[in-house]
Amino acid sequence: MKLLKTLLAGAALATGLAGGAMAEDKTKVGFVYVGPVGDFGWSYEHDQGRKAVVEALGDKVETSFVESVPEGADAERVMTQMALSGHKLIFTTSFGYMDPTINVAKKFPNVKFEHATGFKQADNVSNYSARFYEGRTIIGHIAGHMTESNTIGYIASFPIPEVIRGINASYLAAKKVNPDVKMKIVWVYTWFDPGKEADAATALIEQGADIIMQHTDSPAAMTIAEEKGIYAFGQASDMKQFGPNARLSSIIDDWAPYYIARTQAVLDGTWTSTATWDGIKQGMVGIGEFSDKVPADVQASATAIKDAIVAGTMHSFTGPINKQDGSVWLKDGETADDGTLATMNFYVEGIEGDIPQ
Amino acid sequence: MIRLEPRANPSKTMVFLTPILAVIATMIAGGILFTILGKNPFEAIRIIFLDPLFNEQFASYARPQLLVKAAPLVMIALGLSVGFRANIWNIGAEGQFIMGAIGGAAVALAVHPLESVLLFPLMIIAGGLSGMAYAMIPAILKTKFNANEILVSLMLVYVAFNFLAAMVTGPLKSPIGYNFPESRNFQEYPSAHNAELIANTGLHWGVVMTLGLVILCYIILTRHIFGYRVQLMGQSPKAAKFSGVSPNWMIVICLGISGAFAGMAGLFEVAGPAGKLTTTFPVGYGFTAIIVAFLGRLHPIGILLAGLLMALTYIGGELAQFQLSLPAASIQVFQGMLLFFLLATDVLVHFKPRFEKRKTI
Repeated sequence: MKLLKTLLAGAALATGLAGGAMAEDKTKVGFVYVGPVGDFGWSYEHDQGRKAVVEALGDKVETSFVESVPEGADAERVMTQMALSGHKLIFTTSFGYMDPTINVAKKFPNVKFEHATGFKQADNVSNYSARFYEGRTIIGHIAGHMTESNTIGYIASFPIPEVIRGINASYLAAKKVNPDVKMKIVWVYTWFDPGKEADAATALIEQGADIIMQHTDSPAAMTIAEEKGIYAFGQASDMKQFGPNARLSSIIDDWAPYYIARTQAVLDGTWTSTATWDGIKQGMVGIGEFSDKVPADVQASATAIKDAIVAGTMHSFTGPINKQDGSVWLKDGETADDGTLATMNFYVEGIEGDIPQ
Repeated sequence: MIRLEPRANPSKTMVFLTPILAVIATMIAGGILFTILGKNPFEAIRIIFLDPLFNEQFASYARPQLLVKAAPLVMIALGLSVGFRANIWNIGAEGQFIMGAIGGAAVALAVHPLESVLLFPLMIIAGGLSGMAYAMIPAILKTKFNANEILVSLMLVYVAFNFLAAMVTGPLKSPIGYNFPESRNFQEYPSAHNAELIANTGLHWGVVMTLGLVILCYIILTRHIFGYRVQLMGQSPKAAKFSGVSPNWMIVICLGISGAFAGMAGLFEVAGPAGKLTTTFPVGYGFTAIIVAFLGRLHPIGILLAGLLMALTYIGGELAQFQLSLPAASIQVFQGMLLFFLLATDVLVHFKPRFEKRKTI
């Protein structure tokens, strides 16, 4: 009976005023996710950022999100519907949303857009990304120390600069402490497919890898590593619960400070179009606590690297570094500029195999 | 124990009513699901089914988008329905959709940046032929070796996905795209762009073609000897054979038609709304079209309405997601219920359930 009453009340509400008239003074902030918020990786961390906005700005904002939105026509429609429903700021959190974001932004000049990991910008479109490669340098350093088979397995998503940068940064750091280290790379051509990611992890282990790194979004590889008794690193989120023994550390995407700052800027009317590429120093890239499997001296040296990156005294790509074909990329002491990093499409010397072209 | 007994004369009225009953049952079961999730079920159902059509904030955008989303579903489902009527089961329309998109796109990419009015028609033809050619694989394996077309066509979807990945990281990759796995953007290539014909109507050539195909299929299936043969083949292949219909030819023709329709749908999608070939542009139209075909009773007009209804649940589902914070999975469950209830009501129209005690042996 009580259920019936609630249902009837609900019906009355729905047919009547429940449209969207409530709390017009709240600023609406929308988020578009490429995966499910329960992926415990990429989209999960963006949603943590959204929750942080709610926590920090409370009743001044109203947030909403749509998850698992395919990149392309569907994304464009979701963004348009968000803009139509009065959202003032929309975060589009996958590379493939870049062109749809630009298209929709043209139609809604008064709505601000924030696109993650892209390279296009407009008057009302900012882009932002994190220097994940700084984190790669640290986990690469740990992996170089910890591998016994001298083989690191790497689950790569797409052969784009972002991913290749991560591979190069990890390899350089591992090789620095372990000249014999080899890297096996599997391309899975997806950001999120637990089945494929698990298969890739298994294949890498069969090829002798005893540490797995990944540039995909699910904790599937971590669970495989736990099963097989080898090591892995959390990707995007900490992932400790999926590999209590396997997890050595993690690269954590922390979007919260950026999302809060940008939302605040919209509230204050000070928002301008920017291109942001923040790293460990600004807190956008976090390093998860080290597992006690990591020896104290390695923990100390990894922490020293982290401190040096934060202090600006160290760069992940500092010469001398040769390209895979042996030609000189960076001379002794030279560091890579952001332009080259943003378009990186080559392996550094020592990595075997070809980038799929 | 429940036993199903075939009904001698299934009610004609009921056959046409079942889709409506299925929609109502979906609304009720969906409402219960939304209630369990702590949302107001009436509001959720209203947002999904009514807001895209009537809400003043969204309707002017959502109504044209219904056409954009429904067009590929309807086009593919039309092709599938011809085969389904003849008991030929093409489950791999998604693969043919992908191959059509690749084939059509390749034509444009080969001649880029040439501008010509002939280019877009050529792309459509190439798209249709590519989809058709891909459907010939299950057709030939079926007619020559009696390989099950359901399995073959379904498995070829995964082959198509990998072929797509190879193409967008290889020959069809955009030279200006920083090695990202995607082709050039057709929205920036006027001759190849499947653009909106009249602003803010959602009408593109694919929508126009879909409407044309609905009429064409209606005429062929109800007024032409081919439609009769399809029917005969579906009801009794032996009788069809005696009346001079070659079952093998029927298999080739039916798979060919569904492949060509799916291929064209793929081309219209990639050259218009999707804009470019990427590994993520196929979003399951080929599979959803199977639901649309059945929801529409394998009848062209029914399919048109079913496609629009399915599109409505997508567009309304997105609205419900961000307005009510519903998880995406709940919308997918909701869409799944639609097929479930349709099949369930179908069974009850054609069969009579009999409850009997289990016999002890």
